Amino acid sequence: MIVVEDVHKHFGGFHAVDGASLAIREGTITGLIGPNGAGKTTLFNVIAGVLKPTSGRVTMAGEDITGLPPHTLFHKGLLRTFQIAHEFASMTVRENLMMVPGGQSGERIWNTWLARRRIAEEERVLQDKAEEVLEFLTIDHLADERAGNLSGGQKKLLELGRTMMVDARIVFLDEVGAGVNRTLLNTIGDAIQKLNAERGYTFVVIEHDMDFIGRLCDPVICMAEGKVLAEGSLEEIKANEQVIEAYLGTGLKNREMVGA
Amino acid sequence: MDLLNALVALSNFVLVPAIAYGAQLALGALGVTLIYGILRFSNFAHGDTMAFGTMATILVTWWFQSMGIGFGPLPTALLALPFGILACVLLLIGTDRAVYRFYRAQKAKPVILVIVSIGVMFIMNGLVRFIIGPGDQRFADGERFIVTARDFQAMTGLDEGLALKTTQGITVVTAVIVVAALFWFLNRTRTGKSMRAYSDNEDLALLSGIDPERVVLITWLIVGALATVAGVLYGLDKSFKPFTYFQLLLPVFASAIVGGLGNPLGAIAGGFIIAFSEVTITYAWKKVLGYSLPESLEPSGLVQLLSTDYKFAVSFVILLIVLLFRPTGLFRGKSV
Repeated sequence: MIVVEDVHKHFGGFHAVDGASLAIREGTITGLIGPNGAGKTTLFNVIAGVLKPTSGRVTMAGEDITGLPPHTLFHKGLLRTFQIAHEFASMTVRENLMMVPGGQSGERIWNTWLARRRIAEEERVLQDKAEEVLEFLTIDHLADERAGNLSGGQKKLLELGRTMMVDARIVFLDEVGAGVNRTLLNTIGDAIQKLNAERGYTFVVIEHDMDFIGRLCDPVICMAEGKVLAEGSLEEIKANEQVIEAYLGTGLKNREMVGA
Repeated sequence: MDLLNALVALSNFVLVPAIAYGAQLALGALGVTLIYGILRFSNFAHGDTMAFGTMATILVTWWFQSMGIGFGPLPTALLALPFGILACVLLLIGTDRAVYRFYRAQKAKPVILVIVSIGVMFIMNGLVRFIIGPGDQRFADGERFIVTARDFQAMTGLDEGLALKTTQGITVVTAVIVVAALFWFLNRTRTGKSMRAYSDNEDLALLSGIDPERVVLITWLIVGALATVAGVLYGLDKSFKPFTYFQLLLPVFASAIVGGLGNPLGAIAGGFIIAFSEVTITYAWKKVLGYSLPESLEPSGLVQLLSTDYKFAVSFVILLIVLLFRPTGLFRGKSV
């Protein structure tokens, strides 16, 4: 589905992503783990078009999508959420959902008066869809709440909801569980699994919570220092020596070498 | 003691003028607040934008008057208003294409855009003086009063008169219509919602596929209309002089900031707060107090807290107080 080939992203002298290559298979929920500063979010940003890679190639279903802007990728079905949830704070949850997808005919000012019927039709379709999404995510009681008043976890659910307003093919979730309580995290996990099973969404999840990764993700990819270290099931990753080294440091080993 | 006369005097000298002035400030502040919310900078050229729109309206008004076109008892300027709005919008969009778009593409910091807008202010200021001259222009025609003080006295038999100028009536009615239309637009139409979405979270709006250039264009369109309407109403009520409009920048900004920059509701509230403070503090209360207090307490002085020369100081002081104690404004605005 998505193939990343030898992507580098340098910020000045700092190599945030340093020759990462990986493949994400269609229909999987792939976990992306690694210590802080491993380059996970930077790689996300490169794939999602927020950052242009210094070198390397990203393809989606065989098509080269390297460096395409986010709204183009959006229309191709590649969506992402943010580490810190983004929302339209002054609008209600329902309105937030209905803003997706952009580019409706109602956004042209003349259409407001000249194409009332077409706009009403579009809005009705969007509204039906929004209701369906709200129900799916079990947040229909929050439909008329201002999005700015939601808790961190509810905002994450709303972000997931936004991806459901269009027929997404692949969704990148950046630390969807950060700062979210257990109960809500389970709801989010359920929604991800359901979307994956029922609608065939492919997910890529950056997460530090290993229970969450273990429950949802197969395969798991581990990054460190801008490179892909290992790929496999969570058990395999946990047993991988390089991975342990990346997380715990090489201190132990070095001490053995100098004989201390 | 004569409370009824006191009330009439209060209405005549404080309430009615302050409501009209407040409506004008509110319309001006709405423009400032929209630019701040959506384009993310404080537009110092707004006072001169109002001047340009008003100037264009005056020129068309004069042309209409010379051809003998009138609007009955209403001022001809109302007929000319759409043309003034058109001219103002064209100027704003031209300025955006020539100046602001360049800085937007650079993702310039808000403070740079503020400085740029000061440059634009000087150019617009010069343009207006060049075309119509720096002097005072009166362009109000039609019936001057809805109710004159003498009619009011004859009708009610009171000592005090209550005059209601046509321009004051028009100001309030127009302001109500414009504000209602604006809020309907922002809250009910898809175009308005996409503007609010862009104002709330630019990144997310882009990711959702909202076209930023279109949002910017529509913003200038609305701002041009608001600025022209505000300027023409102020000019009809008082008179038109380019320098006065430049000075209006302070109370207009004070209104927007007091209400909370970026918050349209706040801009309206702010406009009335500033207008009422300005008028009540610079009004000589002798007459009203003379009617409402027992004879023994009647004041001998004017009881004017501040000379009208210092009226701009009032908005400045309110601005300082609000910024000290509630930096985001009375209604929560946004900060960029």
